[in-house]
Amino acid sequence: MKSADAFEQLKFRDPERARGLRDALHRLVQRADHAPVSVMHVCGSHEQAIAKFGLRAAFPDELKVIMGPGCPVCVTDVPEVDEAVALAKQGVRIASYGDMLRVPGTSQSLADAKAEGAKVDVVYSVTQAAELARQYDEEFVFFASGFETTAVATAAVLVDDPPDNFSVLSAHKYIPPVMEIVAEMPETKIEGFLAAGHAATITGSAVFEKFVERHELSVVIAGFEPLDVLAGLVKLLEVINSGVPRVENAFPRCVTREGNVQAQNLLWRVFRPTGGRWRGIAHVPNGNLRLRDEFARYDTRKRFNIDLSAIWSYAPPKLVQQCQCGDIMAGIASPTDCQLFGKECTPESPVGACMVSAEGTCKIWHQYGGRPDLRSMKRGAA
Amino acid sequence: MCLGVPGKVIAVDREMQIATVDFWGVRKQVRLEVCDAPVDPGDYILNHVGFAIRRIPPEEAAETLALYDELLRLADEQDLMAGDVRDEIQAAPDATRSRKDALDEKR
Repeated sequence: MKSADAFEQLKFRDPERARGLRDALHRLVQRADHAPVSVMHVCGSHEQAIAKFGLRAAFPDELKVIMGPGCPVCVTDVPEVDEAVALAKQGVRIASYGDMLRVPGTSQSLADAKAEGAKVDVVYSVTQAAELARQYDEEFVFFASGFETTAVATAAVLVDDPPDNFSVLSAHKYIPPVMEIVAEMPETKIEGFLAAGHAATITGSAVFEKFVERHELSVVIAGFEPLDVLAGLVKLLEVINSGVPRVENAFPRCVTREGNVQAQNLLWRVFRPTGGRWRGIAHVPNGNLRLRDEFARYDTRKRFNIDLSAIWSYAPPKLVQQCQCGDIMAGIASPTDCQLFGKECTPESPVGACMVSAEGTCKIWHQYGGRPDLRSMKRGAA
Repeated sequence: MCLGVPGKVIAVDREMQIATVDFWGVRKQVRLEVCDAPVDPGDYILNHVGFAIRRIPPEEAAETLALYDELLRLADEQDLMAGDVRDEIQAAPDATRSRKDALDEKR
């Protein structure tokens, strides 16, 4: 979508409110005692909404809204992909979400392994994976990605008597710990976070309270409507300007302080948090979700001896070494800073994971355009 | 995948903890065991990978539906956000499968 259409899109629903929120953003940024003000969101769907509706064109120049590590497929680390590829090449049947097939490992993706004859299936959900497993008389591995919201579904299937041949190779990740890592990166200078509404439906807003205490950074939970995003940013700037860091819920129609306790109990009954690398970012203490010992019989890592040596004898392709996904997910670089963006690296032929997933910053910017020309936009929006 | 998708509950099977849910004319089976509140026919739920993660209060359903209406009606085939929404609907099994099949499969 062209940037000048942004306010036409916003007009679609409530033009008065949209203009009011835009004006409030401009006022609040001017009232801040410094510029620019940088805030981060951690959700691919937020970036989709911001890019699709051209919201950056409505933001003041002095407000930087950066996408952090909000794409679960993108932060799946190379060795995790390698584990899946190695198993597939050992002849084990593997199922995963479509985007996960194309995420590059050290030498290959699951899609590459499939092209060479490995048994790899695409599923839309863990329930489908478990149902599919019942149809096979062989080992069946579900390569599970997603943040805590999605991990709840995996947990629900594992406590519901899954078939004996079914196991889970968990690449599930937990968002709150990575916010701590990114908050402490000196290059980012983040002053507050916009948290994802639907994830907070499950975790509740309370999960961010300790984070706010530790880092003195504010968190505002926002929904995905263009107006929800604008309202969330207005609230975040108000809180930043107030000088008193806190958690605010700008999406009360879906999020409560406690969240969905039943879902949280299920999540922590099946998974335990453990440290591990997030692709391109850092080692994140408690950032990975792994199966608890009680569920060891469904844990692919306990069930198989995964031999990675053959894969790690390859050197990664040269282009991959130029990929800036890591800096982009840490909020230090934009897709347009990368020399490969839109040239060697496209959705048809992705070099890095951020161009693979529908939630990856690079793919979103490639489709919608990331940062519209602000001056031309302002004329269009006037 | 952050984006859950709202749908209208048509029928509820309490024994199986499964609801038949209508998403813009597509009927799917959505699992209820992690939903935050009991649901009845006529309620709206938020579906994520085949599970209801929240019952949407009726007075808030219209506001929640607006974004999705626009995405599904106006966005083209290649649109990323609309694609994610379609994937979420796909994630739940079709409602054509009988309750008995589901029970048999579980045994």
